[in-house]
This record gives sequence, C-alpha cells and structure tokens, in this order.
Amino acid sequence: MNVFNDHKKLYSIAGLLFLVLTYVTVIMPALQNQNNNAPLPGSVPLAGDALAGKSVYVAEGCVGCHSQQVRNIEMDKVFGSRPGMPADYANLKRMNVWQNTSTVMGTERTGPDLTNIAERQSSKDWHLMHLFNPRSVVAQSIMPSYEWLFEIKDSAAKNDMVVNVPAAFLNGRKGKVVAKKEALQLLAYLLTLKQIPLPDGTKPMEFLYKKEPKEVASAGAGGEVKAGANGQTLYTANCQSCHQANGEGLKGAFPPLKGSPIVNGDNLELYVDIIMNGYDARAEYGVMAAVGTNMNFTENDVAALINYERTSWGNNGKKVTPEEIKKIMDFVKIKASGK
Amino acid sequence: MYNHERFKKRLLIAALTLLSISKVSAQAADNIIKTNSNSFGLWIFAGLVIIPLLFIIGKLYLDFKLQLKKNDEWNKEGTTLKFSQYLKNFDRAQIHTFVTLKKKKCCGKCKGDGGCGISKKAVGIILVLLFFGENIFAQAAKENKALSSQPGIIITIVLMLIPILLAVIFALAKANNAIRNFANNKKKKEAGTFAEYLQNVDDAALQQEFIKKDNLPVYNLTHSELSGNEKAEDSKGLLSNISDKHETHFTASKRKAAIRPTLDADITKLILWYLGCATFWLVLGTGIGEYLGIKFVAPDTDHISWLSFGRLRPVHTNIVFWGWASIAMIGLGYYVVPTVSNAKIYSIKFGWIALVCTNIMVIAGSLALMNGINNGGGEFREYIWPIMAFFAVALILTFINFFLTVAKRTTKEIYISNWFILSALLFTIIVALTAYLPFWQDGIGETIVQGYFMHSGVGMWFTLYVVGLLYYFIPQQINKPIYAYSLGILAFWTQIIFYTVIGTHHFVFSAIPWWLQTVAIIGSAGMIIPVVAATINFTMTFKGHWNKIINSYTLPFFFVAVIYYFLVSMQGTVEAFKFTNLLWHFTDFTVAHAHAGFYGIITFALWGGIYAIVPRLTGKEPPQHLVGAHFWIAFIGLIFYVVPLSIGATLRGLMWMDGKPFIDSVVVMFQYWVWRAIGGSLMFISHIIFAYNFYKMITKEIEPLDVKNEAFQQLGLPQK
Repeated sequence: MNVFNDHKKLYSIAGLLFLVLTYVTVIMPALQNQNNNAPLPGSVPLAGDALAGKSVYVAEGCVGCHSQQVRNIEMDKVFGSRPGMPADYANLKRMNVWQNTSTVMGTERTGPDLTNIAERQSSKDWHLMHLFNPRSVVAQSIMPSYEWLFEIKDSAAKNDMVVNVPAAFLNGRKGKVVAKKEALQLLAYLLTLKQIPLPDGTKPMEFLYKKEPKEVASAGAGGEVKAGANGQTLYTANCQSCHQANGEGLKGAFPPLKGSPIVNGDNLELYVDIIMNGYDARAEYGVMAAVGTNMNFTENDVAALINYERTSWGNNGKKVTPEEIKKIMDFVKIKASGK
Repeated sequence: MYNHERFKKRLLIAALTLLSISKVSAQAADNIIKTNSNSFGLWIFAGLVIIPLLFIIGKLYLDFKLQLKKNDEWNKEGTTLKFSQYLKNFDRAQIHTFVTLKKKKCCGKCKGDGGCGISKKAVGIILVLLFFGENIFAQAAKENKALSSQPGIIITIVLMLIPILLAVIFALAKANNAIRNFANNKKKKEAGTFAEYLQNVDDAALQQEFIKKDNLPVYNLTHSELSGNEKAEDSKGLLSNISDKHETHFTASKRKAAIRPTLDADITKLILWYLGCATFWLVLGTGIGEYLGIKFVAPDTDHISWLSFGRLRPVHTNIVFWGWASIAMIGLGYYVVPTVSNAKIYSIKFGWIALVCTNIMVIAGSLALMNGINNGGGEFREYIWPIMAFFAVALILTFINFFLTVAKRTTKEIYISNWFILSALLFTIIVALTAYLPFWQDGIGETIVQGYFMHSGVGMWFTLYVVGLLYYFIPQQINKPIYAYSLGILAFWTQIIFYTVIGTHHFVFSAIPWWLQTVAIIGSAGMIIPVVAATINFTMTFKGHWNKIINSYTLPFFFVAVIYYFLVSMQGTVEAFKFTNLLWHFTDFTVAHAHAGFYGIITFALWGGIYAIVPRLTGKEPPQHLVGAHFWIAFIGLIFYVVPLSIGATLRGLMWMDGKPFIDSVVVMFQYWVWRAIGGSLMFISHIIFAYNFYKMITKEIEPLDVKNEAFQQLGLPQK
C-alpha cells in the first residue's frame, strides 16, 4: 500500500477526491440553479420596511422553528396552494457584505410553515398581538414573546401603532403597548410572505401521496352526523387563533362568534361570503383573511364549519346542508371575482 | 444430557418459529409498502429492535420452562428416593447424631408451627402496601391529568415515584420472605415425616455402614499445609505499603492508568489548555442548551432579547460544536498525531495560535448572535464570515502543523488515525470555504450549499476526526492492535465518497433539483458500508477483551461511542427513506437524532480520550467513583433526552400526515418536551461532575506527607 506510506500522495488524493465530489454535488448544481432560475413574473424583490423586516427575521432566529418551503406532498398542502419551486427563491441575493443570502427554508417546524402566512393571516392586529405575546391569541403556543420590539407608553402619539394587548399579558404594567419600528418592519416582511401565482396556463407541480378519498366521501354522505367532529377540527386549524376556543374572540381585536347575529341569523350568503372571502367592514376589529378560499374549502367543509359554529358556545342556529351551501358558494365566488 | 438435547431441539423449534414470524412480518411489510407507498425504513428499524428482543424472550422462556420441569421431576420422585438422597448426603455430625439416635433409641418430635402465622402477617403487610401504593399512583395519575401543563407538578411526581419505587422494593423483599416461609412450612412437614422415618428405620446394613463411617478418624485442614510453619519473610524486598486494614468499597475499583514516559512539559501544557477550554465551553454551552430546553415548557421564563430562544439556540449549537468538540478534538489530536507518528510535534506555537483563534471565534460569535448578528439563519452557519475566518486560520494552522509532523514521522506507514484526522482537517477547510465564499449562494444555491455544509460539518469534521481518534484510543486502551487495516481502508474511502453527497437529504421534497435529492438518498443508503466496516473493526478489536470494559474507566465511554456510531448512522440512513422522511422531517426527531449522534458518538469518545490521556500527562487520576457517576448520569440523561423526544416526534408527524390542526401537535409534544428537559438536566449535571474530575486531574494538590520520607529528609538523607 504505497499510498498509505506517502503523506503527500495520501492527502492529495483524498483532498482531490473530496474537492471533485464537492464540485459535482454542490458547487456545480448551486451555480446552475443560481444562473438558470429567474423570479416569477409578478414577484417583487423585497424593499424598504419588508427588507429591513427580513433582517429582523434572521436576527431573531425565526428560521430555527419556522420553515419557508412547501414540499410537493399532500401534508404540506395546508401551508400553500402549490409546491415551492426554485423560481420562488430566485429573487434572493446576498443581504450585505457581512451577511450571506438567506432563503430561510428552514429544517424544523416547531411552529408552522410561513411560506404563505400573509394569505392565511392578514390581520395586522393579530400579528402584532402575537409577536408581543403569542399566548395572548393562541393559549397553547410555546413561541417566545418578542416584547422588546414594543414599548409601553403612557399615552400614544398620533402615528403610533397601538396594540390591544389584554391586561393579563402586561404583568401589571399600565399604559399603551406601541409597536417599535422593528416590529412594524417584521410585520411588513411577514405580510409579503405569500405564494406568487404561476403565469397563466402553467400548471403547478402535483402534490404527491394524496390521501384516500374515503374521508371526503364519509363527510359528504353523513354531513349532518359527521359535521360535529370535522367542523371542530376545521375551526381549531383555521379560526381559533382569532375567534378563540370559547368563541368569544378578543375584545378590540377579533369579534365574538358566540351570540353573533351573523352566525345565528338567516343571512347565509353573508356568512359564507365572510368564510370564503374574508371581511373588513368593522373598524373596531381587525381584517379577516379569505380563509376559505386560501384553504380551498369545499361545500362540505363550509357546511361542517357553519354547523359547528351554530351549535357551539350556546349558539342555536339552523343547521345547513352541503347542497344549499354549494349554491351559495358558487354565487359568492362569482361575486368575489367580479369585485 | 437428555435435557440438553431436548433443550437444543426446542431452541431449534423456537428459531424456526421466529423465522416464520419474521416471514409474516415481512409479508405485512410488503402489504404496507403497497398500501402506504413506502414504510420500508420503519420496518427495518422495528426489525432491528424486535428480532433480538424476541430471541432473548424466547431463550428466557425456554430456560424458565426447563427449570420448572426440573422442579417438577424432583417433586415427583418418590419420597424414598428422596430420603435415600438425604441419607447419602449426611455430613459427619449428622451421621454421629443418627448413630447416637439409633443407639439410644431415644425419641423426639419436631414441632413445626408459627411459620404460617408469620407469613399471614407478611401477606397482610404486602396487601396494605399495595393498597397504599395504588392509592398514591391513582392520585399521581389524577394530578397529572389535571395539571399536566405544570412542569413543577411533573417533577414532583417524579420525586414522588422514588419513594414508591423504594416501597415496591420493600414489598418485594417482604413477599420473598413470605414465599420462603411458605416453602419452609412445606419442608417442615417433610422433615416431620423424615424424622419419623429415621425413628423407625430398621435397616441393619445401613446402621452398620453409618457406625463404620462414624468411627473413621476425622481429618481437618490446619490451613498451613502449603505454607508450612515458617514465619513469613519478604527476603527479596518485594512488598511495600503493607496494610492490615481492609477498606470498604462502595464502587468497583478500576485499573489505574499505565505510567508512561512523560511528554515534554510544553506540549503537555498546550494539550491541557485545549482540553480545559473545551471543558469550560461544554459546561457553558450545555448550560445554555438546558435553559433552551426549559423554554419549551415555560416560554415566558424571560422576555430579554439577548436570552430569547431564537438567538440562544444557535449560541448553544455553535458553542458545543466549535467551543467544546472542535477544541477538544484538536487538543487530543496534539497527543495522538505525534504519538502515532513517533515524532515530536512540528510547532507548539501554531497550536497556541490556533487555540486562541478558536476561542476568539466562539466568544465573538456567541456575543454577535446574542446581539442579533446572524449570517443568514442556515444551521451551524450562523457566525458571520469575519468571525468564522478565525476558525479557518485555526484549521489551516493545525493542518499544516499535523501535516509537517506526519512528514517527519519515524514510522514507515502513516497510521490509520492520521489518515482520518488530517483528512478531516483538510476537508473541513474545503467545506468552510465552499460554505462562505459568496459566488454560488444566490437563490436556491444557498440551500444546496447549506445542506452540504451542515452535513459535512458533522460527517467530514466531527465524525471523521473522532473515528480517527477511536482508531488510536481503542487499540491503545485494550492493548491490542486494531482488528483489520483493510476494513479501515474501506471505511475511509467509502466515507469520503458517500458522506460528501448526502447533505441534500435535509431538503428532500423541497425545491432543490430532484436528481440531487436522489443522489443524497442513495448516498445515505451507501453510508451502511463505512459504518458497518468501522463498527466491525472496533467491535472485533474489543472481542475477547470485553472484561476490560468492566475494569477500565475509559473503555465504557469508547464502547458507547462505537455503539452509538452504528445506531445513529443507521438511523440516519433510515431517516432518509421516503416514508420516514414524510413522518419525521421537520419534527423533533431530527433534534433527538442530532443529540444522539453528537452526544452519544462525539462527546462520549472525547470524554474517553480525555480520561485516557490526562492522567498520563499530569500523573493524576480522576476520582473513580465520580467518573462512574459522570458516565451513568450522562448515559441515562441521553436516553431520557432521545427516547421520549423521538416518540413525541413520531406522534407529531402522524398528526401532520392526518391533517390535524397544527396547534394540537404542539399540545401533544408538551409532555415529551418535559422529559427532554429532565434528560437535559441530567446531562448537564454530568458535565459539572466531568468538569470537577478534570479539575482533579490537573490541579496541583498538596500531597499527604510521607512520614518516612520526611524523617529521612530531616536527617539530611533525601530519598529519590
């Protein structure tokens, strides 16, 4: 074994082998992807507050718990309407002399994926409350509080962004919670996080490992019976972070569903419209995102959700069937696209 | 003989049954592969655990049955046969008694009662104990349900379980006594019949024989048959330090480190400084890790930006990576590389510069991260380049230093350790440059580089280097050459080929080109070759010397490292499969896996190395019982950390696949995060013990005065 007796030979062969492998499996594909992928038409490079917000995102180590990649598998469908692709990241360049490019794709999901967070949750009030103390909106959350991005003032100035934090989360401190510049920058960045639609005619990649259609069928057949469980799951996943588990919402931020005239009333069209396309008609509350459209709710989902909300927390509304919801959804869809 | 044959037959049957079971499960696996697309990895994983377990259970069962049968046979044998057995086994005193009995024809009756009463009492106590035990358990369970969100409650329950455990042990001891009483009672009855038999037996031949035996002269040993009656005398002057006192040992005493020719004082100092710095960073880094683990269950512990989870997490990982492991590895390298080259180190100065540079990097990097200065969020790549540059300098200097030392070696061949150690340094320089040069990092390129960096950091730096250290320490501690050079060669080259290409498996199903993901998965499977080769090599070196593990305080550490090297690497391969990736990716399973690898392999191996060489450098051994405490607390802590976290992560992955609400999966994880915090605390405690041991090994203690030497000293006659 001559090579093991000659240090120059041994280490140059090993080093060269490693270098070649590195080039072929890392540098070459990296260069290829860097040069051959253009941003999607319609994507806007980060600028201003949003760009500064990304620096806050990196500095606070958000990527340690939140990924920003929608994989092409069924279970990631809740985080985006299509799988991610290289073009989604093509906009990203080196941040500055000191800091590298940051795709913040992440490798952990201690918290949910944020690729499409601006679509799922567009309420500024929600985000700011959540940043100040996540448990003020999601009781079970274990996310850290980012209190240092806010200050507590005796009285808010004219341009201050005041956050309606419940008193329980102020630990006895008195005054108005005002978002600092960094909080607003981070918010601006989070609100840019949405998937850009593909240019007309281009079909996105398929999600792999589709679930058996069994579940859908059973929900359809026994809509009335199954609605209880299904509706509760949908509510927990999509509605609870604002309207809360007890249906009472949060004062000054999110309206209650308990005893709500829309939930219990007869204007089913308005009700379905809000679920599907969001709502921003009341100044005293935050904006609601187009939850149903974002999550691709079917008439079964909407019916289950409505039935859950109409039968919980002492509500006593009339139950609905998927068939009648289907009609309203079609109508509401046309109305929304006409806007 | 007969029984043995039967046993063998049964074992064969059991083996066949097992085979058929595994066949069935293989079929089941087939089915699952068909319906669930691919769960092959899980099945291999389960198979690895279940098949040996079934074997052990089967063997125990057969043993047990055999014993039961023997007992049965014994009972069935006729009383006469038994009595003749008793008669045969009479000792001299019993023979004498028997003979006198027969001579005097006197009678006496044994009375056997009272035992039953005692056993009744004991049963009563057990029942009471069991009742209370159950009560306590029931309460604990209730509290757990109602207040499961309170870590304090859970810790309290754990503390409460300790006395319960003691109570159970007490109850078992009592039960054992009761069972004995019961058995004795039975035997007493038998003794009664036997006594009757003795009374009435009228066998002239037997009596004659016993009388003959009784009259035989009595032989007793005088205990001086071999030594004679001479007084002991150490005519050759071999004995010293004779003590008549016998000390009580609570722990097994292990072999002392062999006394070796001392190294130069300057390299000794350098190595000790390396290891001392590493120890400091270990305690600090894992202390931070412990705090982070607590934050999972108590997120509102503090609201200070510098101590927030997002900023501290990379501080923890980078400190243990660069501060603890890298510095300790290079420090041990300064012992191993010159030793196996049989040459002096090329330059001590390079060593000092590299040490200072690495420390500057860790200090500056930690402060920067806590201040919110982060390179871009890629794991292990959080230090910005001006800080990382210090490490590059350290690596390059160390490589040059080691290379020039190898160049002036006095052995012909380069020892296997030095292939691994120097290659690790060389590759890491390339890895660091690839990861920090800006030319190929835009867009998705950054992610491709990131996958490569974080995995090569683990595989080309830590694993490669530590495997190199193991190739020195294991043969050296066992005092036997490594099993096979050729396996080492195979492991070396295949490790380079496969490990380099698998980084992308952290981004399976992502936007990274599919061919690259495929290469990574294939490479992950290929890792079986170097891992199995190295494991065989190490375990075959251990073979025939397993008892040395028990007698040594360093070998257990190396042994754990070897076992974990195999387990964790295989687990890594399995994790890259399709189904397991769907299940475990993005969950805490990755965290558990990383800790099992970094702690079980790297850290245990480094501890073994430190305990092996520091006593040689300073001539001082660590307190052995504290080394034992360190080992066990760290090992149990690791298991508490890894196992619950893996279970929780699996549940979480299943919930995600079922499309359950995300927040529900957070709630499910809570109790597993509590267990992780408990395991982490044990690990941290063990590090404090380790730091103390290290201190004991290097500190200049005042030696107890040797009165004899001192007397001669005072007489002006110094002893050497």
